Amino acid sequence: MSTTKPIIELRDVRKSFGAFEALKGINADINEGEFFSLLGPSGCGKTTLLRMIAGFEPPTAGDISIDGKSMDGIAANARPTNMVFQSYAIFPHLSVADNVGYGLKTKKLPKADIKREVGQALAMVDLVGYGDRGAHELSGGQRQRVALARALVMRPKVILLDEPLSALDKKLRDQMQFELRELQKSLGITFILVTHDQEEALIMSDRIAVMFEGQIAQLATPEELYRRPATQRVASFIGVMNFLEAKVGSSSDQGVRLDIAALGKVTLPHAAVPKGMNPAQIAKVGIRPEMLTLLFDPTDKAENEVQAEVVSSDYYGDMTYYSVSLPNQKDPVTISMRNTAGRSIAAPGSPVRVGWGVESVVLFE
Amino acid sequence: MKRGTAPKWLTIYAVAYMVFLYAPVVLLPLFAFNDATIIAFPLSGFTTEWFELLWSTDALHSAVGNSAVVAFVTALVSTFLGACAARASSRYSFPAQKGITGFIMLPLVLPEIIVAVSLIVMLMQLGLSLSLWTVVAGHVLICTPFSIAILSSAFAGLDQSLEEASFDLGESRWGTFRRVTLPLVMPGVISSLLICFTISLDEFIIAFFLTGTDATLPVYIWSQLRFPTKLPSVMALGTILLALSVGLLLLAEWFRRRAVRRQGLDASSSEGLL
Amino acid sequence: MARRLSREDKQGLTLIGLPFGYALIMLAAPLAMVVTFSFWTQDYLDINRTLTVENYRAVFSQPIYQTLLWRSLRISLIVTAVTVVLAFPIAYYLSFHMKKNKALWLFLITVPFWTSYLLRVFLWKVILGYNGVLNTALLKTGIIEEPLTFILYSANAVVLTLAHAWAPFAILPIFVALEKIDRSLLEAAEDLGDGPFRRFWRVTFPLAIPGVVAATLIVLIPTVGDFITPKLVGGTDGLMVANMIQIQFGKANNAPLGAALAVTSMVVVAIISIGIYLVGRKIGGRVAR
Repeated sequence: MSTTKPIIELRDVRKSFGAFEALKGINADINEGEFFSLLGPSGCGKTTLLRMIAGFEPPTAGDISIDGKSMDGIAANARPTNMVFQSYAIFPHLSVADNVGYGLKTKKLPKADIKREVGQALAMVDLVGYGDRGAHELSGGQRQRVALARALVMRPKVILLDEPLSALDKKLRDQMQFELRELQKSLGITFILVTHDQEEALIMSDRIAVMFEGQIAQLATPEELYRRPATQRVASFIGVMNFLEAKVGSSSDQGVRLDIAALGKVTLPHAAVPKGMNPAQIAKVGIRPEMLTLLFDPTDKAENEVQAEVVSSDYYGDMTYYSVSLPNQKDPVTISMRNTAGRSIAAPGSPVRVGWGVESVVLFE
Repeated sequence: MKRGTAPKWLTIYAVAYMVFLYAPVVLLPLFAFNDATIIAFPLSGFTTEWFELLWSTDALHSAVGNSAVVAFVTALVSTFLGACAARASSRYSFPAQKGITGFIMLPLVLPEIIVAVSLIVMLMQLGLSLSLWTVVAGHVLICTPFSIAILSSAFAGLDQSLEEASFDLGESRWGTFRRVTLPLVMPGVISSLLICFTISLDEFIIAFFLTGTDATLPVYIWSQLRFPTKLPSVMALGTILLALSVGLLLLAEWFRRRAVRRQGLDASSSEGLL
Repeated sequence: MARRLSREDKQGLTLIGLPFGYALIMLAAPLAMVVTFSFWTQDYLDINRTLTVENYRAVFSQPIYQTLLWRSLRISLIVTAVTVVLAFPIAYYLSFHMKKNKALWLFLITVPFWTSYLLRVFLWKVILGYNGVLNTALLKTGIIEEPLTFILYSANAVVLTLAHAWAPFAILPIFVALEKIDRSLLEAAEDLGDGPFRRFWRVTFPLAIPGVVAATLIVLIPTVGDFITPKLVGGTDGLMVANMIQIQFGKANNAPLGAALAVTSMVVVAIISIGIYLVGRKIGGRVAR
């Protein structure tokens, strides 16, 4: 359960490696108790940012504050953060229990206390009884849990996770996504996750910062990111997006007139229009595959309709993805339809009506 | 050629080669226990008198003592310098890295006599006298490259995120070194100590040039080679040295395997030895 | 493009500074001094510091030094060739025909070399001598009637002894290079129609060349500087330049001349080594790594 009190404040954080600018001015607040993700393709700077929050790299400029206190000059071992490394970094010469209790031993806690805390942490990650095992006896998934337990036992203010699930196979990854989310909710600790997997970010996060090339493109909730992506790049990175040509028309009280070449004319409410759009401007419009419907039955109705032709279809078991050619549009669009009983799959070349609604239209500059 | 089975001539060659390799070595214990003062066939009976003779030779004792001290100090200093260089190369990249490291490794490809001659010239110029310490100085020069070679793989196998993790969990730099780095490279350190010790123990040319009045073991052996009566006891000495060196080497290999196993890799690979 | 030193750079430089500093003081400085020294002269115990090329003139004109230099070079090259050629099959055998326990066999190959070098050379004297092991065995089995004399106190003895001494140093680099060869390359060659001999010459050998070059250099360079073997088993025909260097520093009390000899042999060896390295690069370099 996240609050709106920021626990981490990033103010114009920049990082350069020689001539290469890895981070070009990051501004963001991360709230206490929230599950926050840094999402982006490889090389966008998300891991660099995470390591700077942890204290392994100093910023070239800008400030990082944790819980109101600036971290300028404060080394990694003095920060109220703990990290789960991508390679897990389990100490190979120590047992599981010694690994988990490592930080507690540094704090010179009494042995009995360490044992108790370690036991609790191992229970949290479902590794009860594994204390005496050696690091080399563990599977990848188990190692990941040990790394997590080792960070949790320190009761930090923030837990940083660097692509923790990327080395696991799909089933295990899905399971861990669920468990991590549940754990975070029950503990109430702030989690910051770095990932390149947009599905993962959408499933687990309260809020996501999408990063490209050292900058935050959009910081929003998963739903906001999906339904109202700020730029075309964010729109393509998260899920699949169809892009259509459109011309901006006049503005009125109801909204802005849009002439979408493939779909027709529509009025977009002002709230959905980016600032600074001018009449007669050529723009791009985005609409998600599931927001376009193939109207098979003559009795099927939608808010707006247009005649189209099916180009091809891909069957995925629960869904079928159609490639559909719309009028005035060179490239076909992707339309996804759930395969419910009784509905046959449209054949290539067959004419079809496509339905769509105005609130699913996203306008880009 | 069937996969896996060698052609006959190759196997015969391999056997003959091994005989060639071991020919002198086999003779060593043979003549050490031989009851004769001349090193030649045919063999006479079995005796341990040459070993007993060694036991009572004072000059030998001091030579052994000298060699032990020199080898011990050399091992420590070389391993320390080697650790500095290996750590610097694995963790950091600094300007002129290849050139600097290459220069430190240079003694590996220089004939020992060149090293010995250069050092003695410098010592002459500086007016310093020769002693066991000058021998140590020379030995450290040639042993450090070996130490670097051994420790480079130990440090390279050290995952950098392990030290970062320790740091992240609140440990200091020294604490991280003590609890994470050192235990993980320790087998490599021990291996380096043993190998440098063995190299110094057996090294002759530099010791010959740079020693003052105190002889190391090889220098002592050299002085004995011209006396035919001393030869059998020299054989005995050689046998002991061989056993010692083999023992040390086995120990070094055992430690290397332990290191590799600790880091979770394949211990039976032949890479470490190289 | 000058690079400002980061904190990391500085830490790295401090660490390497220790061994590097040591090498500078103990290696670079002495080497520089040897070169300088070779331009001085010595008269009994007095050293004349005026720079002169007198020593080098002696080295290049007087027949005794010339003979020694050329002989040392010849012997070293022969030793190197013999050692490397003999080492290659055994490295090959170990790499391609030993499935398990490669490390064990490598260890067994190195064991003989943990005997004292002096003793090993001395034992070859025992083996090759007039009444030595080899002659006794050959006489007893009736293969010869008179003991062989050419095997000891000759250049041959030096070659044999050094070939033995440097064997593992030749075997190891070749072994490493052979191990690195992707076996599936050979399978591909077989699949494309090459028989075992052609496979060896077209795939295995070219890829092993870096190892052969390394082995060659590892053997060549130190053998030029060896004076023990020539002294013990070389007789008068087997003496090498290192013996002369040792004498100049010792009994003959002409250290500058010794230095000049040392520098000369070093330069000659360096030139040859660079040549071998470049040739090896050219032949082996045609093959993509």
